[in-house]
Amino acid sequence: MLQRLSHLLGTENLTREQIAFILDQAKPFQEFQRHPLKKLATLRGKTVAIAFFESSTRTRISFTTAASRLGADTMALQAESSSLKKGESLIDTVRTLEAMRPDGIVIRHASSGAPEFVAQRLEIPVLNAGDGTHEHPTQALLDALTIRDRKGKLEGWNVTILGDILHSRVARSNIHVLSKFGVKITLCGPAMWVPRELEKLAPGIRVVHCIEEGLRGADVVMVLRVQTERIHEPALAPDEYISQFQLTPARLKLAQPEALVLHPGPIVRGLEIDSAVADGPQSGVLEQVTNGLAIRMALLYHLIGGAAADAPHPAKDRTNASD
Amino acid sequence: MLLIRNGRVLDPATKTDATLDILIEGDRISRVGPELDARDTEFFDARGLIVAPGFIDLHGHLREPGGEMSETIETGTKSAARGGFTAVCCMPNTQPVNDNASVTRSIVERSAAAGAVRVWPIGAASMGSKGEALAEISAMKAAGIVAVSDDGKPVATARLMRQVMDYCTPLGLPVIDHCEDPSLFAGGVMREGPNSLKLGLPGIPAASESICVGRDIEMALLTGARLHIAHMSTSGSLAYVRAAKRNKLRVTCEVTPHHFTLTDEDVRYDTNYKMNPPLPSRADRDALIAGLADGSIDAIATDHAPHHPASKDVEFDRAPFGVLGFETALALGLTELVDSGKLSLTRLVELFTTGPARVLGLERKIAAGEPADLTIFSTEHTWTYRTADSPSKSRNSPFDGRSFRGAPMATVVAGRIVYRR
Repeated sequence: MLQRLSHLLGTENLTREQIAFILDQAKPFQEFQRHPLKKLATLRGKTVAIAFFESSTRTRISFTTAASRLGADTMALQAESSSLKKGESLIDTVRTLEAMRPDGIVIRHASSGAPEFVAQRLEIPVLNAGDGTHEHPTQALLDALTIRDRKGKLEGWNVTILGDILHSRVARSNIHVLSKFGVKITLCGPAMWVPRELEKLAPGIRVVHCIEEGLRGADVVMVLRVQTERIHEPALAPDEYISQFQLTPARLKLAQPEALVLHPGPIVRGLEIDSAVADGPQSGVLEQVTNGLAIRMALLYHLIGGAAADAPHPAKDRTNASD
Repeated sequence: MLLIRNGRVLDPATKTDATLDILIEGDRISRVGPELDARDTEFFDARGLIVAPGFIDLHGHLREPGGEMSETIETGTKSAARGGFTAVCCMPNTQPVNDNASVTRSIVERSAAAGAVRVWPIGAASMGSKGEALAEISAMKAAGIVAVSDDGKPVATARLMRQVMDYCTPLGLPVIDHCEDPSLFAGGVMREGPNSLKLGLPGIPAASESICVGRDIEMALLTGARLHIAHMSTSGSLAYVRAAKRNKLRVTCEVTPHHFTLTDEDVRYDTNYKMNPPLPSRADRDALIAGLADGSIDAIATDHAPHHPASKDVEFDRAPFGVLGFETALALGLTELVDSGKLSLTRLVELFTTGPARVLGLERKIAAGEPADLTIFSTEHTWTYRTADSPSKSRNSPFDGRSFRGAPMATVVAGRIVYRR
């Protein structure tokens, strides 16, 4: 029996069955994005609080759109305009939001563990939209959906994650998802950003510090953004990074011929990835964005809609469509 | 007069381990012997209990002046008394910092008026603990400090450490250092290792501490000063201290109960697991226990660090460092060290009594004429620690709700029973 989720705090504690269920639930929502009238009534009357304590564009828009396409209303809190600037604590801020009776809350926060902290103190479902350098579970799930679509399955591939793994929540969430499907994971990047002890994070992880070695035989290459605005320490000269770690067409040839290239975005063209790769036939970057909507709709539906796992899927049941 | 009868008197200083009576007159011990006879005396029946010299805590934060939301001298010393401590050394990182004689005097006066146990202030090494000019160390000594430290941070530079050591040596004051290298510490919130990587919390490498211990020992070699390493947490630091002791340097060190009990693997998103130094790796924790057993480590000190509940009810990386320590120290020592067979009971008592006394250049023993400070405890009494029951103003302990075997049963300070379970 599938264990229902009460929150989505990370992928570490999800079972393989739960992950597969979420991906399956996302499938009809994926097709739904192509429908001319993109609105369901499934969550009509429900409210989703979108609390972004750290700036974000794509994840915030994706969650907001996902909620809206399910028929839910959203209430948004953004770091720049929030009472946090006035010294209000996180717990007071989210309790204030909760008092407005949302049915769930999506949280992005610069502190690792902030969504778990909130989940322990509120009654409503909490969805982690990225916490510090801990996890970004919806990103990993949408990545898994993209891999499954493009490659037919998740199991058994060689996946290389390229960049600053130490500071990447995307990498951590992907490691926890992929390792549960027997994926062989190679973590590759400058040595100070890819410590050897990352191999202890999950079974099947290999750490390498040479991009040629890291790419050889890869079925999927996930390129992480070089976050020039923060956290990399020590800073590495962009030219040094480009010369040693940029994913170029020539380097991509070391991977499997049909290797899929993913990037969580936003892309810094010409830094971590060459434009020819980002825009090339092997790139799944834009599918990732669309799949993000489907994954987030599936999660909001599951966590807030409260339907049984075997209930008819709302995107298949067109009588459910909003008028 | 107070007669403590039939207790198992365990005194590492006099190598006593026997059932004896202790007669106290005024604030001093007047007689120690079997079946003492005394008329018109208050009795304390210590049958089945251990009677030890009064426990000394080399490292506590009483938060007064300036941090009274979290603790005061009154509430902190009540908590210390419940933990069996008869004397607490309080760190100078108050507001204002205890860097001059008037702050020292105010602490001494408040302690005399409201303290449940003895309070021995530690003065700052530098003005405002800022690591620049020397604090008013001689004047503070006259007012009652027992050591100097910039605790909360390391003495900023090797050069300043050399000056502080040179200055303190003729005054007979030990220099206590909180060892960390700020450039390696670098915003970390827990020990660097597999769990910090998993939790996505900035890690502090163990070398951050040991590199500074190494520096300080070099300065102790240069100056001949008495150096005491506060809350030591790594095997690397311990190796430096062992080498210094072999070379007959006057170097001592302490370990906290949370560092010999918990490891970085226990850390989760609960700010009661956030302390500085952070919880050690399992290998380092085991090395610390070995050091406690073989005499390389001189004292158990609590680093009692109260923080009011709202300040700890925040995101992990935004919470202040530190946990409560007084009331669980002995029980953790008994369960983790003695019951597990790693230390003898006598050695544990030494780490709470003669060990810390020697760090301060004092003697502590149970004998006629000595101050009547005694810690009476049970190795059998079972109880559950609940922060809600604590006289402390704060609740930040990772041991809340934990059950123990062994507890302080009475604390005697200057001949008065200041706490009785």
